[in-house]
Amino acid sequence: MNITTLAFFLLSFIAVGSAIMMITSKSPVHSVLWLIVVFFSISGHYILLNAQFLAVVNIIVYAGAIMVLFLFVVMLMNLNAETEPIKNYRLQLIGVLAGGALLLVLISAIMRIDVEQVVQMKTGDAGLIKVLGMTLFKNYILPFEISSVLFLSAMIGAVIIGKKD
Amino acid sequence: MNNIFQIVWLIPILPLIGFVINGLGRNFLSKTVTGFIGSGVVLGSFVLSLLVFMQVKAGNVMDLHYFNFIHLQDILTIGVDFKIDQLSSLFLLIITGVGFLIHVYSTAYMHEEEGKDFAKYFAYLNLFIFSMLLLVMGGNYLIMFIGWEGVGLCSYLLIGYWYKNNGFTDAAKKAFIMNRIGDVGFLLALFWLIAKIGTVQYDEVFSVASLSKLSSFDITGITLLMFVGATGKSAQIPLYTWLPDAMAGPTPVSALIHAATMVTAGIYMIARSNALFSLAHQTQAIISVIGLATALLAASIAIKQNDIKKILAYSTVSQLGFMFLALGTGNYVAAVFHVLTHAFFKALMFLGSGSVIHAMGGEQDIRKMGGLHKHMKITSITFFIGCLAIAGIPGFSGFFSKDEILAGAFNHGVVFYSIALFTALLTAFYMFRLYIITFTGKFRGSHDQEHHLHESPAAMTLPLIVLAILSIIGGYIGIPEVLGGHHELAAFLSPVVRSEEMSLSHNTEYLLMGLSTLLVLISIFFAWVTFKNYQSEGESKGLAKILENKWYVDELYEAVVTNPLRKIALFFNNIIERKGIDGMVNGVGKAVNYGSRQMRWLQSGQVGAYVLLMVIGMLLLFIIQLFL
Amino acid sequence: MDIQVYIALSLTLFTIGIVGVLVRRNAIIIFMCVELMLNAVNLLLVAFSKMHAASPAVKALPTYASDAQIFVFFIMVVAAAEVSVGLAIIVMMYRNIHSVDVNFLNRLKN
Repeated sequence: MNITTLAFFLLSFIAVGSAIMMITSKSPVHSVLWLIVVFFSISGHYILLNAQFLAVVNIIVYAGAIMVLFLFVVMLMNLNAETEPIKNYRLQLIGVLAGGALLLVLISAIMRIDVEQVVQMKTGDAGLIKVLGMTLFKNYILPFEISSVLFLSAMIGAVIIGKKD
Repeated sequence: MNNIFQIVWLIPILPLIGFVINGLGRNFLSKTVTGFIGSGVVLGSFVLSLLVFMQVKAGNVMDLHYFNFIHLQDILTIGVDFKIDQLSSLFLLIITGVGFLIHVYSTAYMHEEEGKDFAKYFAYLNLFIFSMLLLVMGGNYLIMFIGWEGVGLCSYLLIGYWYKNNGFTDAAKKAFIMNRIGDVGFLLALFWLIAKIGTVQYDEVFSVASLSKLSSFDITGITLLMFVGATGKSAQIPLYTWLPDAMAGPTPVSALIHAATMVTAGIYMIARSNALFSLAHQTQAIISVIGLATALLAASIAIKQNDIKKILAYSTVSQLGFMFLALGTGNYVAAVFHVLTHAFFKALMFLGSGSVIHAMGGEQDIRKMGGLHKHMKITSITFFIGCLAIAGIPGFSGFFSKDEILAGAFNHGVVFYSIALFTALLTAFYMFRLYIITFTGKFRGSHDQEHHLHESPAAMTLPLIVLAILSIIGGYIGIPEVLGGHHELAAFLSPVVRSEEMSLSHNTEYLLMGLSTLLVLISIFFAWVTFKNYQSEGESKGLAKILENKWYVDELYEAVVTNPLRKIALFFNNIIERKGIDGMVNGVGKAVNYGSRQMRWLQSGQVGAYVLLMVIGMLLLFIIQLFL
Repeated sequence: MDIQVYIALSLTLFTIGIVGVLVRRNAIIIFMCVELMLNAVNLLLVAFSKMHAASPAVKALPTYASDAQIFVFFIMVVAAAEVSVGLAIIVMMYRNIHSVDVNFLNRLKN
């Protein structure tokens, strides 16, 4: 077992474990923190897959900006474990069963796929900022510009929604 | 060709205008105006009919086409056509002439009605004249059928004129339904004609080319169906029972519709279709048998009736039976001749009975009358003339027409002749029974009624006088050759109606006439002897009771037709409709209601539940896509 | 590593997100689960950018390796916008009904 495999399984374990912790912990603050852990481990996976730029962006945007925003909102509302007092265990059980069945179905479907034709790329330069930058600003310039409009409209929308009537 | 033919459409339109004016203006027109309009338009039609008749007599006949009523390219074209020929012009005269007299009579007879109802009455009467004119003027069977239905409707409306009386409305419904049964037959005959030869135009149907397209089965079927229509409209066995009940209507209506004109529609139709009927010997046999049976049955019932109008009604049925006998024996001219004379004397007698009823203050039972001759001479004398005419006393109109029918029957077979003669004797007997009981002897009513007795006003007696004169002279247009005449009616109708040739020697005819006259006189004498000291009859027994109850035909129909139908209807209503169909319809509603009440829980409004359902749906889709 | 393992990993994370949505009623947690699901998809896309079908047609594309990562990039963009609007909505909801429990949102009025 080489180091890559070891790192993969370690990161996978952390990601799945933290994700489960996130949905099971009672306090919303803990959930946010566990999700941040998940994002870090996913960034680790990105690095393993030679996507260095995305790994960095993931940490900055998700773990940094977005999750801080979540944390901010949770703390603003002063949410704690008592905000979700009534539990419908039957509905939870059904939810877990449905999710598990979905996972089972999809995994078993994946196992039946013929993967002889898939190869791993030997070079790792696809994830470099230089390559991505060239692709982004050559081939995807229009979506990129449109995404700025999206941000603007999201910003305006957030302001209007959050405004006190 | 001639000016009069250009305005021939006015003949039916005038009564229609009268109908519209009287119908719409019934709330504000005075009775005088209403009566004037109602009678005036018919008078106008009569004058026009007279002019048309003159033209036709001069030999001018005309087919008029106004516009297409039904037009299917290359398949069927039915126009609004009028056919003015010898037959229709004769009927035009009868309808408008008798119709006018009855309108005039009605202005007096109905005078006690309220203004609104009075106008309604005249509106209906005008509508009836319009429909009847349409019936006889139509140039094809469809126009005839429209008029045919129209007169049925008017008959219904007028029988049920006093609509607040349940018995009268029941009689109206009975008449309408009986007529409908016949109408279905007529309609089927039309469909059959259209299917086989694609036209209902008289000239085209009767052309040799068309007739050759029909097999003998077709002809028999069509004529039989037409005859079914005729039995409904002209009150023959088995559909005659409506006519006596139809006497619920005002008496002038009985005179006009149920004696003089509408009931002769069946005769007119068969006479008009004589080209078809002459080819169908089975149908002719059936017609003559049914006509004879009806004549005998109705005459026998009439002997024991006590309602003055019922007697006349059964007499009408009986006379119509005579006409059908003539039609069945191929003696079309005699049938038309009898229609003409019958229209005169039967209208006369109905109006006379109306006059009597008027004087008696609504009493119709002849047992409560008697000795009326002293009080109302004109009515009595004219009624007597009518009786003589219907009995067939030589010199009166009924003699000539009835004699012709009897001669035709003799030509057909001695059995036919003897039954017909017997019926004629019965006719004379019951008519004179009616006359003697009503007009002679002592008055048997209450004292008030006797005090109230009076001769009717001029508007009522004048039509009586005119009709009495017509009843006398009406027969002279058809004096047979054997009596030195030329039978002008037969000559006049010959282009349209072809009677079968009769092969009777003059001596035989003299013998037949003498025999019938002698027997009729004996029959009248017998009636005189029996009823001259009439007081009141005891409870009738045996045959008399059966006759009094009209051979129990109504009861028979009730048991055989009405009751099973009612039972079936109840079954359908209660079991199939209520339980089956309603249950099904309501069941669908209930199922949806129940289902939706259960499904409601799916729409809980809980986001989590929705997501759960979405996931389960997704799961199913994956399973189907990936594993199935 | 084989591609199936990556697919299995991202499916697991995705399913955990779904289960989270199903079992939790706190709107913020549900929203975070949606973010988790987005990240699972991102991971899958990146894995696909590394591993390809071995056909010459794919190799002929000039940006065959970077496309998936650009996709991830845009998903992050959309996610960021979505979070800003979504959190604004949640704040709004909290301000109106003083709770972030989605079960209180069972009425489509008020």
